[in-house]
Amino acid sequence: MSNNSTAKLMQGNVAIAHGAIAAGCRFFAGYPITPSSEIAEVLSKELPAVDGTFIQMEDEIASIGAVVGASIAGAKSMTATSGPGFSLKQENLGMAVMAEVPLVVVDVQRGGPSTGLPTKGSQGDVMQARWGTHGDHPIIAIAPSSVEECYDMTIRAFNLAEQYRTPVIILTDEIIAHLTEKIEIKPASKIELYNRGKPNVAPEKYLPYKLTESGIPPMANFGEGYRYHITGLVHDETGFPTNDEKEAHRQLMRLNTKFDQHMDSILDYEEINTKNMDLLLVSYGAPARSAKRAMKIMQKQGVNAGYLRLKTIWPFATDKIKKLSRKVDTIIVPEMNLGQIAGEIERYIPDNTEIIRVNHVNGEAIKPQEIVNAMIKKD
Amino acid sequence: MSFRQEIRLSGSGGQGLILVGKVLAEAAAIYDGLNATQSQSYGPEARGGASRSEVIISDGDIEYPKAENLDILLALTQEACNKYHKDLKAGGILIVDEKMVKTIPDKDYKVVQLPIIKSATERLGKFIVANIVSLGIIVKISEVVSEESIRHAIKARVPKGTEELNLKAFDEGMALAEEWLNAHSG
Amino acid sequence: MDYLQYLRKDKMPHIWCDGCGNGIILKAIIRAVDKLGWKKDDIALVSGIGCSGRTPGYVDFNTLHTTHGRALSFSTGIKLAKPNMHLIVVSGDGDATAIGGNHFIHAARRNIDLNLIVFNNYIYGMTGGQASPTTPTGKFASTTPYGNPDSPFHISELAKAAGASYVARTTTYHTAKMDRYMQQAFQNKGFSVVEILTMCPTSYGRANKETGETGVEMLSFQKENSISLEKAKEMDEEEIKGKFVTGVYIDRDKPSYLENYQEIKDKANN
Repeated sequence: MSNNSTAKLMQGNVAIAHGAIAAGCRFFAGYPITPSSEIAEVLSKELPAVDGTFIQMEDEIASIGAVVGASIAGAKSMTATSGPGFSLKQENLGMAVMAEVPLVVVDVQRGGPSTGLPTKGSQGDVMQARWGTHGDHPIIAIAPSSVEECYDMTIRAFNLAEQYRTPVIILTDEIIAHLTEKIEIKPASKIELYNRGKPNVAPEKYLPYKLTESGIPPMANFGEGYRYHITGLVHDETGFPTNDEKEAHRQLMRLNTKFDQHMDSILDYEEINTKNMDLLLVSYGAPARSAKRAMKIMQKQGVNAGYLRLKTIWPFATDKIKKLSRKVDTIIVPEMNLGQIAGEIERYIPDNTEIIRVNHVNGEAIKPQEIVNAMIKKD
Repeated sequence: MSFRQEIRLSGSGGQGLILVGKVLAEAAAIYDGLNATQSQSYGPEARGGASRSEVIISDGDIEYPKAENLDILLALTQEACNKYHKDLKAGGILIVDEKMVKTIPDKDYKVVQLPIIKSATERLGKFIVANIVSLGIIVKISEVVSEESIRHAIKARVPKGTEELNLKAFDEGMALAEEWLNAHSG
Repeated sequence: MDYLQYLRKDKMPHIWCDGCGNGIILKAIIRAVDKLGWKKDDIALVSGIGCSGRTPGYVDFNTLHTTHGRALSFSTGIKLAKPNMHLIVVSGDGDATAIGGNHFIHAARRNIDLNLIVFNNYIYGMTGGQASPTTPTGKFASTTPYGNPDSPFHISELAKAAGASYVARTTTYHTAKMDRYMQQAFQNKGFSVVEILTMCPTSYGRANKETGETGVEMLSFQKENSISLEKAKEMDEEEIKGKFVTGVYIDRDKPSYLENYQEIKDKANN
């Protein structure tokens, strides 16, 4: 019998809460909603113990508002919700995108639309994560497939948010959120943390939205000697609103392309047997576990299946999909929606490559055999 | 060849079956060095209504974390037994409370009918520990996790101050199962 | 005193209309800050959307122009993350009590140390003069062409009932009172509201000439139709009708959210 002290049995939502603490999150504002509430419950206990702050706000809108405010004041901040609350948060999520405020939003996806299936899993918010707030904008969304990834990816979410001055969405689902399994907690010394780039110029010279080489301007926190203006209006380099067409174009193009030169660091996926394959499985979140099992079953049956798991959902792994799709004539995409990522993949693949969708919207997990059967049916 | 054991604990909400699932998973994953997942069907009702908790234990990777083909089904209500027995594999073990579950499906199962709730209520004085009595039965009959590990896991997971009562409940379950095994050997 | 040291001179002229009362309130905010000796670096001035929402652009503090109605939620985050900062929140009647009504009552319930200045002009000015939650019944707006069928909120009574520890109410005519109330509000530990009746000749005045059409006429109307809380106590309901009752509605000792949360932190560390 071994009791490795770093191994713990933990639930997905609990792992997200502990991952946040490890990432340096010191502010959480939330509103009760199934199936995300455990995240708030754990943080209400843990945050005050590390001199952080937990607050239960009056609604979902106020929760993300407080999180944007706390981040502007320098605290690494997070909120967590599920579909209906994610809908309500879209307005201030857009404000954070526009003002380039780092923060993390956890969306524990449940069945929708509307109140939907509150206690059952879904991946129905994939497109909402991309386009839920109005206007063209960049966004990062990542999807864990295990409890260990709930922990690790929460740390990564904070790092991405701080590195690229952006809201980051953890797009998890009820199945992973309420799954309990073993995780290895890394010692703090093995965790790499990023903090937002601070200005290195005198306050009077500081331009909060400067067109820098990296595309990511340094960010001063409120109350630290840099008195500047933040607005959700289109603004120039100084942060003040502008109506000038040229300046608006320049700033909005910088905003919308700011991830472009950092795609290698933002995109993350798990790839198995994609060198020489006859068929490709593409999945993410909970169904990716079934897809991996399905791959093994297929291989046993003599089908040379490859596997791509998207760990970063947005921005989309366009180049990777283009490259892999040229090698196969069939791509199977299991997801707990009616083909939101399958549709995205379709935009980038050759005409003669067929997509087989394996979809659930009833809240039940997709079984490995269903994926295998979808392939057999096609043959 | 790796093994995969699927266990479903079913009954009604408030019977503590999620806790049993977590104890089993902890014993396997943390103390026995195996892999384990625990999940639950999660309805709106915390009390009453059908409840189910699942544990998968394997020495290999557990990709699909839900049960498909049960090795063991615990049913503490007739409703749960009716609903879930069809997921039990041929030759699988069906453990039921002898008073609550009167109609046993006529299939190729190994049926273990025991006075689970009666033992909890009469011998231990607490209806609520029927869950841990059940755990004792499952461990004794399936040998899916080691006895030592499960005792560690019980101590780690049950509410503080109830460790002794729960360990007694576990012993009670083990004893019930042993009697059953003796009566059904050979 | 030198107002200019607190202003972003390069952002002038401001966008407020001739005769608008918002500048009067802005000057009072600056006088209170100056009087209390607050350092500009320590102040965050936060707004929502609307005419009041343009205030942060003009002052040399840490300034944040948030989404419509949400200034109090953003400010709550700033205050909790940096408790030593002074939070001044400016909001209009629509911003604070329509779209932001929920945040308003909950900030009051929580008694969190924010200073809310409500610019109450009875109308949505920025969007062209639509009726707001404080437009009096029967008055005209671009969305009440037959007169307002709706009943108005009494913002100060609402704040008091919801739990704010300091609430005062005055008009842009009564600048001395405004100064006193603002200083008291800023010094109060807990949620403070100063509701100020301000004039919007462009949208409200033109549609409701009987209460003044120009800024000056509207100011005179404020003067003539304001009565103090003390005086109001001696009057019956009929006499008070149509009057704007000014004064300190509540000034009470009550633990602030920050004090309560410090206790939580102490418990969590034990």
